[in-house]
Amino acid sequence: MEQAIETVMRPNQRGLALKEAYARRELLYFLILRDIKIRYKQTVLGVAWAVLVPMMQVVIFSVVFGRYAAIKPDGNYPYPLFVLAGLVPWTFFAQSVTQGGQSLVNQQQMLTKVYFPRLFVPTGAVGGCFVDFLISLVVFAVALAWYRFTPSWQVIFVPILALFTIAATLGVVYLLSALTVTYRDFRHIVPVLVQALMYLSPVVYPVQLFPARYQWLLGLNPLSGFIDGFRSAVLGKPWNFPTLLTSVASTFAFLLVGAMYFRATERRFADIA
Amino acid sequence: MRILLDTIDFYCCPQHIIERMHFTQTMSKPIIQIEKVGKAYLLGQADLQHAMFRDVILGAVKAPYRRLKRLRQPNRNDDLFWALRNVSLDVQQGDVVGIIGRNGSGKSTLLKILSRITEPTEGQAILRGRVASLLEVGTGFHPELTGRENVYLNGAILGMSKAEINLKFDEIVAFAEIERFLDTQVKRYSSGMYVRLAFAVAAHLEPEILIIDEVLAVGDAEFQRKCLGKMGEVTKRDGRTILFVSHNMSAVRALCSVTLLLDKGRMVAVGPSNDVIEKYLTNDATKDSLERHLSRPEHAPLWITSACILADGKPSSTLPLGAELTLEINFAADTPTAHPRIGFVISSSDGSRVLGANNRYQPSKPLETPSESGSILCHLGPVPLMPGSYAVSLWLGDQAGDWHVVADALTFMVVQRDIWGLGRIPHPDGTSLWWPTEFNLSPM
Repeated sequence: MEQAIETVMRPNQRGLALKEAYARRELLYFLILRDIKIRYKQTVLGVAWAVLVPMMQVVIFSVVFGRYAAIKPDGNYPYPLFVLAGLVPWTFFAQSVTQGGQSLVNQQQMLTKVYFPRLFVPTGAVGGCFVDFLISLVVFAVALAWYRFTPSWQVIFVPILALFTIAATLGVVYLLSALTVTYRDFRHIVPVLVQALMYLSPVVYPVQLFPARYQWLLGLNPLSGFIDGFRSAVLGKPWNFPTLLTSVASTFAFLLVGAMYFRATERRFADIA
Repeated sequence: MRILLDTIDFYCCPQHIIERMHFTQTMSKPIIQIEKVGKAYLLGQADLQHAMFRDVILGAVKAPYRRLKRLRQPNRNDDLFWALRNVSLDVQQGDVVGIIGRNGSGKSTLLKILSRITEPTEGQAILRGRVASLLEVGTGFHPELTGRENVYLNGAILGMSKAEINLKFDEIVAFAEIERFLDTQVKRYSSGMYVRLAFAVAAHLEPEILIIDEVLAVGDAEFQRKCLGKMGEVTKRDGRTILFVSHNMSAVRALCSVTLLLDKGRMVAVGPSNDVIEKYLTNDATKDSLERHLSRPEHAPLWITSACILADGKPSSTLPLGAELTLEINFAADTPTAHPRIGFVISSSDGSRVLGANNRYQPSKPLETPSESGSILCHLGPVPLMPGSYAVSLWLGDQAGDWHVVADALTFMVVQRDIWGLGRIPHPDGTSLWWPTEFNLSPM
């Protein structure tokens, strides 16, 4: 008796094959590493871009929305901190969706030549963006120090919120990357979608801008709940549970639908890529 | 962790489970079991490739109508193209199986199904063991990364664990002979270095089943031999099972015990390599494909209409060792011509140019009366080529220059034959030519 892996190839196979993905998790690590290494190669400033981009965005938004549109933050803290708390999770999401959505199409050469768990391709792209997310968290910490703002004990919820943000992002990226392989139209749709979604998420404005009884609807966009939750955890504004709970539910929905759709269409990738 | 994954798998796919870890007795069952595997492509799938969202929306609107139409004419099978059909094969552990056939015979489709890149349309294939497939050398290599980084990335893509790569890293680098450039970006490599590094990673895979598609057709001859040697060595030592697709009959003959012949997606023959290769070559000979018809290049006043290879005076693509080789080239011209200039170069399967001739540079008799068409017979006599596959490139022109150039216009195979009836074949010590030499011994 010896242990042997048995692989069966037959038409219309389904299932998430998570065990296989777990067995080959080292490949995911290498794919993420590759993404990170390539991103800042041949740039003069290198990783500094991960710091500079959010800083520039904060300046732009503070001037445009904080000063001219005179949007008031939902608590007793400066607008730049308010907008940065929204931008940190949002930038991670937007970057992941833009890059992850294209990831399969960009790597179709590899898809037609070798088998490995296909989910690794979009997951790897999101993993690469996660590093930028961590850097932007450091930027945020520095900004808090600059404004001499001390977060409350609730800051311990940040990792949990980050996990949910990642889960929601993965769900959306799985769905969009699989759709982009079949319908190249999504190459054009995704950037517009990301832009529209930014204004549908409470990045530059507080959730309180909406009537209280409709605020939970905002949570259907999973990012809304987590951006708002992020502000509660770090800046100490009161938690908005209807929005947050809707977002948790929609995260699970996106993750499940995204992963299942991905798996269902995965077997066609090599034929149509 | 495993229990959690099992549960998710169970709830997401109650009816089909893709992969299971089994405790099985591998010896009793064939390591590869292919059962009536077929792969169909929908004709006009080219349109589907760039399927528009719009079409899908329109399609959804039209769906009820189409469903009605389909009821009237069920099973429109003519839309399907079977790239592969009804292929069954059992492979035992340690077998090295060659897969041969002409272009479009379904070889690559079969490998893609076995490599899990694409799904079969019908039938099933079971692989019992760790699989690695090499349909290309250097899959996943990224030009921006260094040699070192690419070894790890490529190794992981091919299925090696990090620990395994660590263990073999020095060996891989030594095999590729690129020690000095290990921390240089791969985009600065010469193509030879690139291929060597890519192949070195692949050569150090240790799966139980290895699937290879023609990747040996890259790199210089010396390096190819090194790789073939490494493959042969590992197969003998570990009893590794290999599936090997190739056009290089001498490589198939040398490596494979069993060979499968495919034609138009069907199995034509399977059995001992020598028999199947013989069948492939003779079967090929009956086809009119022996004569290569060529079309006129734009603006050429003089061109080759067809060409073929004669072995000992008969059309054939197989040349027994030491046979007389003749190239027959038919030409046409706009204006009657008396002296077409013809040149050819024969190159071996690794692309190195072995021999050639050109009537421009040697005495040759022109036609007595100029003609608008004609044929040229190039008698090479008994050729001292060693067994292997060769390609012939042709040039046709006149005093003004070359008008029709056809790279690899013809291909032929030199197969072994006992020329002297001694039970031996010429031994040229690794060169590509053996020379019929008269050895005269005399005492002093």
